[in-house]
Amino acid sequence: MNRLTRIMTAMLPVLACAILIGVTGLYAQEAGAPASAVTAPLVQEAAPAAVPVQPKIDTGDTTWLLVSTAMVLAMTAPGLALFYAGMVRSKNSLSTIMQSFIILCLISLQWVLWGYSLAFGPDKGHLIGGFEWFGLNGVGLEPNVDYAATVPHQAFMIFQMMFAVITPALMTGAFAERMKFGSFLVFTLLWATFIYDPLAHWIWAVGGWVRNLGALDFAGGTVVHISSGAAALACAIVLKRRLGYGKEHMAPHNLPMTVLGASLLWFGWFGFNAGSAVASGALATSAFVVTNTAAAAAALAWMVVEWLYRGKPTVLGAASGAVAGLVAITPASGFVGPMASIAIGLGAGVLCYGAVLWKSRLGYDDALDVVGIHGVGGIWGALATGLFASKAINAAGADGLFYGNPAQLGIQAMAVLISVVFSFVGTFVILKLVDGLMGLRVSEEEERMGLDLSQHEERSYS
Amino acid sequence: MKMIEAIVKPFKLDEVKDALLEIGVQGMTVSEVKGFGRQKGHKETYRGQEYTIEFVPKVKIEVAVTDAQVSRVIETITRAAKTGSIGDGKIFVRDLTEAVRIRTGETGEIAL
Repeated sequence: MNRLTRIMTAMLPVLACAILIGVTGLYAQEAGAPASAVTAPLVQEAAPAAVPVQPKIDTGDTTWLLVSTAMVLAMTAPGLALFYAGMVRSKNSLSTIMQSFIILCLISLQWVLWGYSLAFGPDKGHLIGGFEWFGLNGVGLEPNVDYAATVPHQAFMIFQMMFAVITPALMTGAFAERMKFGSFLVFTLLWATFIYDPLAHWIWAVGGWVRNLGALDFAGGTVVHISSGAAALACAIVLKRRLGYGKEHMAPHNLPMTVLGASLLWFGWFGFNAGSAVASGALATSAFVVTNTAAAAAALAWMVVEWLYRGKPTVLGAASGAVAGLVAITPASGFVGPMASIAIGLGAGVLCYGAVLWKSRLGYDDALDVVGIHGVGGIWGALATGLFASKAINAAGADGLFYGNPAQLGIQAMAVLISVVFSFVGTFVILKLVDGLMGLRVSEEEERMGLDLSQHEERSYS
Repeated sequence: MKMIEAIVKPFKLDEVKDALLEIGVQGMTVSEVKGFGRQKGHKETYRGQEYTIEFVPKVKIEVAVTDAQVSRVIETITRAAKTGSIGDGKIFVRDLTEAVRIRTGETGEIAL
């Protein structure tokens, strides 16, 4: 109880600060709103009843989307690969990098072959896309008005590919240091096909049932972060703890590598969020600004809370905080203003730090805190979107609770619940299946030896 | 003859070496070691997970000396390696029964 009181006391000032900034932000935004509303393009929600959009390729939009695509690729490799590799023990660092790197290759093919078709292809019963676009059949260089009227359809497709890539890569942090490489490949392929593709369809595709509920998810808070966070929890539970967890020394082997990775994630996240405007202009700029602001606020919040609670401001804490802030601003990035993004960032830093501390009490071994950062940060971000969203920022969005529309918060909570339940249960089933077929964990001897040597016959440092 | 074994803080190695050379010591063996005494290591915290690092890096200096040199060498190392804070290290002295210079085959004090 004493520890709990201490952490509560440490968090209070920051939380109070977050709420204050958020509320102040309401007035600031109302004052400056009309200017930003004028040119906000209607991208994600191309209103069907309104004036029909004339598909025409815009070179500026296409450039920004292609650059964004490359930036999101850099989030997975080298960003996430280094972020995670620095946090594991040196004997597993190469295998951790390999997981992110090979997911990039594996999902690139899966997406071209059937993933994009299942996620964004012609809707079947609001649940899944059809196979019509298998092998990118019909996905050409003309714009698709449903998703992006000003860029070639393939540009939209490959931008979305990078999201499909990073989502399973995020999860690798949960089962780091103990999963068989072959089983990991099979699991990833099944997960992408049966969890990611349907979920992306529900939330983003024309006709998707969660999208029809009116849920707001600008850049993938639910599809990417909540789904990977919930799946990570299933992984940690099914794969069980690493040998020696809680007894042996499992400190990060190279924190500079982790900070480099976190910084690359931050860099790439501009493509992730601002690129999700699928156009180069006002909305992309607004998303860019709030993305950076939230990351900065969250890094500071985590650092300060940890400083107050444990006595030292840690580097890993600051880096983790930045990532938590980026996660939280993701769903909100196209719907909120700068002041709201500070509140979202501060909240993310505090909540995710708390979640990471709580993990050790619950006893599951989510090795690199995917649940605490992507799950909790994603849920906070999705709910915060329901609080801070404003039509003044994006006319195609909706107003949140603080703008007089409490119903939006309910819809956001619904979308959170759907994603968590679907991803957790689905992942659990897939894991049990793969475990039954080929086993998930390496042998005790291989785990002691480290995955670099036992799975790949290589070492990071020789 | 005595073998003097000093465990000191790594950053003190150069000072100790220079001080010993000044009083006429001709050679020494140095190794990087880990251990703890009353200092008891330090704590590291990663995302709230605490690790106690008991074994602190130290440097071990081994010097073989004649009986006449012993007290001077001990006094010199003590002076050079001292910071006054906990963890300065220890000096152990043991009897040395034989020494051989491999190149010439000389034995005893002359081989030191």
